[in-house]
Amino acid sequence: MTTTRITGRLTDDSGRRTRKPRNILTYVFLGILVVYFLVPLWFLFVASTKDAPSLFSGDSALWFSGEFNLFTNLSNLVTYNDGIYLRWIGNSALYAFLGGLGATVLAVLAGYGFAKYNFRGRDLSFAILLGSVMVPLTALVIPTFVLFSELGLTDTIWAVILPSLLSPFGVYLMRVYAAEAVPDELLDAARMDGAGEFRSFFQVALPLMRPAVVTVLLLSVVGTWNNYFLPLAMLSNSQLYPITVGIGLWQGLASQNNGGGGGPSLWTLIIVGSLISIIPLIIAFLSLQKYWQGGLAIGSLK
Amino acid sequence: MADVATAPATKPATRKRTARERQHSRTGWLFVAPFGVVFVVFLVTPLVYAFYLSLFSKGLATGTAFAGVNNYIRAFTDPSFLKGVWFVVRFSIVLIPVQMLVSLAAALVLDNLTNRFARFARLMIFLPYAVPAVIGALMWGFLYSPSFGPLEQLFGADAPFLLSPDNIFYGLMNVVTWQWAGYYMIIIYAALRGIDPTIYEAAKIDGANAWQVALRIKIPMVRSALVLILVFALIGTLQFFTEPQVLGPVANGTITPDFTPNIYAFNLAFKYAQFNYASAISFSLGAIVFVGVYIFLFVTRKRGSVL
Repeated sequence: MTTTRITGRLTDDSGRRTRKPRNILTYVFLGILVVYFLVPLWFLFVASTKDAPSLFSGDSALWFSGEFNLFTNLSNLVTYNDGIYLRWIGNSALYAFLGGLGATVLAVLAGYGFAKYNFRGRDLSFAILLGSVMVPLTALVIPTFVLFSELGLTDTIWAVILPSLLSPFGVYLMRVYAAEAVPDELLDAARMDGAGEFRSFFQVALPLMRPAVVTVLLLSVVGTWNNYFLPLAMLSNSQLYPITVGIGLWQGLASQNNGGGGGPSLWTLIIVGSLISIIPLIIAFLSLQKYWQGGLAIGSLK
Repeated sequence: MADVATAPATKPATRKRTARERQHSRTGWLFVAPFGVVFVVFLVTPLVYAFYLSLFSKGLATGTAFAGVNNYIRAFTDPSFLKGVWFVVRFSIVLIPVQMLVSLAAALVLDNLTNRFARFARLMIFLPYAVPAVIGALMWGFLYSPSFGPLEQLFGADAPFLLSPDNIFYGLMNVVTWQWAGYYMIIIYAALRGIDPTIYEAAKIDGANAWQVALRIKIPMVRSALVLILVFALIGTLQFFTEPQVLGPVANGTITPDFTPNIYAFNLAFKYAQFNYASAISFSLGAIVFVGVYIFLFVTRKRGSVL
């Protein structure tokens, strides 16, 4: 497989003959899919604009009713419990940033090493790595918890960040991509010109690997941001919770005393809090789409 | 996935390793080493440690004692564990084909269109991937809920409650399909874009219609993408945890503490502090996933050699 095939995948729709849309059914099918995939998000948005009574009235779940309460709900959200919500968002951002970035750096280095250096033990280590992709990561959470508790690391930010650095699939993606996108001739030429190994990596290889780097970065950031099992197991101090565990905590509390008393209903906070928590990643995906859309194809190359 | 064809980075001119090659080998290790450390510390060590923990048992009176394979005998005769395994296996068998069908159909349709609506649809279908599983499950929990959701408006008093014991299977299936189908669609779509369009021209000259092109050319050519997705889906579904755990509080007791093996292990460890037995459950689940995926890859690879 040549480099042109990869770059062919990266270009979006250009260079492809447009076929005439003959079939109205095609559009109906796509329309139904779009509606299906958007309904929960639409519900979330509409529900975020309601106060508790109109939320529970249930007579127009998918349309606005009552007063437009979005901004009241937002201000309740950020002030509730001394602004714990903002703290959770901040924690999520910190964990996702450090965990995702760290995992990406490790994956890029290792993927490049596997692809471009024929070191002793390479094939065996890579075979082990591929096998490890099949290990369910949740099976590691309980023993990691016990190990960390012996080291006094549970209930610290490191309990969430350090295990998130592990991304065998990221290494696999980077290796496949680097093997095809970085020509050996180019590296040899750089070496002839006197560039050291690390300079060749940073100045020649890394720019060529950019789409895969962005993809792996997005995948690991999303993986850490969305993780639930690991922080749920590791953390007991609610000040350290990421947003997923925090919202889960609220939902458990709200279900226990359904109806609630006065003040902002926890349910309205859960809804508006959920809405805010999905916005950062949606923006990241929309703004970086030209990179990841091509990058995601890498894994399917054989 | 193993057969990544990479030519050796350098072709040794002689059999003897030169100083330059040794240097080359060392640099290669330097690149791989940071990941290698993380791999050993956070994957190999917990795995070995889980196995070690699973060989002991802890009693109030007896303290920690070597138990050999007793925890495993207990696990594989424990109705809670077996019921959970049976649920996730059944769930995978039904869910994965549905998910594949939705994502494959969407990818094939999108591959045939190049207008603005298609681009919009592609992004919207993908969007749920960016939504945390916790939030996705919550949103569907709201939509299913009799007090918030639209189902009662649509169906009146006969509205199905998708979190009841009879319906939870489908309720969860819908959540997971919603969450992941778009991601799988994008992977298939990207693979479809990689097919050389001149193949279609040739097929057209031979008189193939759109269905034949899709079934005989496109699907076989994205086979490796489909296998990759299947493996992901299988690994993900067998360790099912987040969605049922999140829907638990609103499902009126439908989600039992042993609903899936992972939920069971979590509750054993963190509610009952039975870390040894929980490790045995985790390790057994890991082994089931590993063996299941390995068998699957072995079977599909054999067939793949025809290609």
